[in-house]
Amino acid sequence: MRTGHDLELVHVTKRYGGSAVAVADVSHLFVGGSYVCLLGPSGCGKSSTLRMIAGHETVTEGSILLSGKDVTRLPPARRGTAMMFQSYALFPHLSVTDNVAFSLKMKGVEAAQRRAKAAEMLELVDMGRYADRLPAQLSGGQQQRVALARALITGPQVLLLDEPLSALDPFLRIRMRAELKRLQRELGISFIHVTHGQDEALALADEIVVMNNAKIEQAGPAREVFNAPRTEFVARFMGGHNVVALPQGRFALRCDEIRLDPAGQEAVVQAVEYQGAHVALTLRAAGDQELVALIPEATFFEQPKNPGESVHLAWDEGRMHRLQA
Amino acid sequence: MERILKSPNVTGWLLAAPLTLVLAAFLVLPIVMIVIVSFWTATDFSIVPAFSWENYAFLFGSEVTYRVFLNTFKYAAITWAVTLVLGFTVAYFLAFHVRSQTWQTALFLLCTIPFWTSNIIRMISWIPFLGRNGIANSTLISLGVIDEPLEWLLFSDFSVILAFVHLYTLFMVVPIFNTMMRIDRSLLEAASDAGASGFQTLWNVILPLTRPGIMIGSIFVITLVMGDFITVRFMSGSQAANVGRLISNDIALLQYPSASATAVVLLATVLLTIGILLRLVDIRKEL
Repeated sequence: MRTGHDLELVHVTKRYGGSAVAVADVSHLFVGGSYVCLLGPSGCGKSSTLRMIAGHETVTEGSILLSGKDVTRLPPARRGTAMMFQSYALFPHLSVTDNVAFSLKMKGVEAAQRRAKAAEMLELVDMGRYADRLPAQLSGGQQQRVALARALITGPQVLLLDEPLSALDPFLRIRMRAELKRLQRELGISFIHVTHGQDEALALADEIVVMNNAKIEQAGPAREVFNAPRTEFVARFMGGHNVVALPQGRFALRCDEIRLDPAGQEAVVQAVEYQGAHVALTLRAAGDQELVALIPEATFFEQPKNPGESVHLAWDEGRMHRLQA
Repeated sequence: MERILKSPNVTGWLLAAPLTLVLAAFLVLPIVMIVIVSFWTATDFSIVPAFSWENYAFLFGSEVTYRVFLNTFKYAAITWAVTLVLGFTVAYFLAFHVRSQTWQTALFLLCTIPFWTSNIIRMISWIPFLGRNGIANSTLISLGVIDEPLEWLLFSDFSVILAFVHLYTLFMVVPIFNTMMRIDRSLLEAASDAGASGFQTLWNVILPLTRPGIMIGSIFVITLVMGDFITVRFMSGSQAANVGRLISNDIALLQYPSASATAVVLLATVLLTIGILLRLVDIRKEL
């Protein structure tokens, strides 16, 4: 499903210093107007990919197309993208308004007009009250909103976010991510969001692109990536899965699909972890396989188990998902 | 006794005491003495303790004083402007264009090479270069750029300022380089993301953020130039005067009260200049 504002990577490769490959021959279509998360462990090439899209990193080979136009060699500001930096990169000597209006000033828009436009953007992120403050006088979450307003004032087709939530405390992180999702829906532009947190990606993304070792491991809707991981790496990285090695191959089995059933196969409890709604049991099953089972809290406490005790496990064979690698 | 020693107040005072004593003995006391002596009177062969405004009256009554102070300001202003442009350019190059840290360190050491010899030697080495039959003139003549040797190369305001710039540019480079190195590189990316050209980034982001370094460098250069007397004497061939030479001449003639009065006025002038500079930038806030 292509739209007018698609972003497309065509065989994009990034090499540093001739040999080290950060991104290896990656091709992907980012559908316009969608929220996409680039997910992967550190060093997997997700940040390099984002920085190449932004134009802050040169592309060694391949092309980047936005709205059907080749932007591979264009300077950052002429691509139709805007970037929100991990450390926010607000100009410390400028007030909130001047920070937001910076790009308009560079274009030569006159003061009154750019101030009005900046005020409008600040309203959008609910920061109107702080217009005259300096960045150092704001909290992390507030700085983030200002950075967001500054990126959006250029009217980008694609907003690039480099680990935008990693500097915030957990409580604020959850609030900000709801905010990001709301903004993306309201503005109708694409957000490409780099993160290493799978919960963040699941909560936000229309599409998740899992990267590993400079390559895209799997890309698809959030539910598909979570429920049908293609490879062992994806299953383990997304979490909530057991990888079971059987003679027929490797299978992923969701932790919450395992239940305690006297008719099932035997396993020994290794550890018990109370997690609120669930209790996580680490078990050693036949063939020395380690499994994690998430048992609903109420069920578990009807018959509590301790490490060292034996239990019987069962699951629907139909929920075993075969891994391709 | 033990309780007194352990009180945080007493500990604080004790910790501050050594430096306080050193500063009191070697900074405050001499200045106080200069101020006292500046009110004394002198005859051709003796110095008389007194409280008289004579020295100041003479100083402010003489037209020479104003001319010499003006000349001192002129040297300070021109040297400041030239070292600022040079220092900023060198620091900018080192901080933003030299990517590898090894090269940065190597080039920085290169900047300090002039400091491996003494001030005097550095100054004197200009003389054979700039002289009437010096390297500069003979090269220009043999290249056909000029027909006769340039007279203003040596023993002129030009040579004085050249020597000042040579001696003091590094004092501008170091603090500016320091503040530039602390500028977050992602700010430059954010500027280019916002469509700023190289010059716009320099003017709107780098320059304002380098202001504290510029101010510190300016204070170094201005105080050094305004207090100097030896450079002016050597490089102008004793033809130009600044306040430092006024004082040194008085001292040579054993006119200590008069020298002290001039020194007090110079000190006040320099402090006032720095005060104005500090008004422009709150260094403590920006460091």
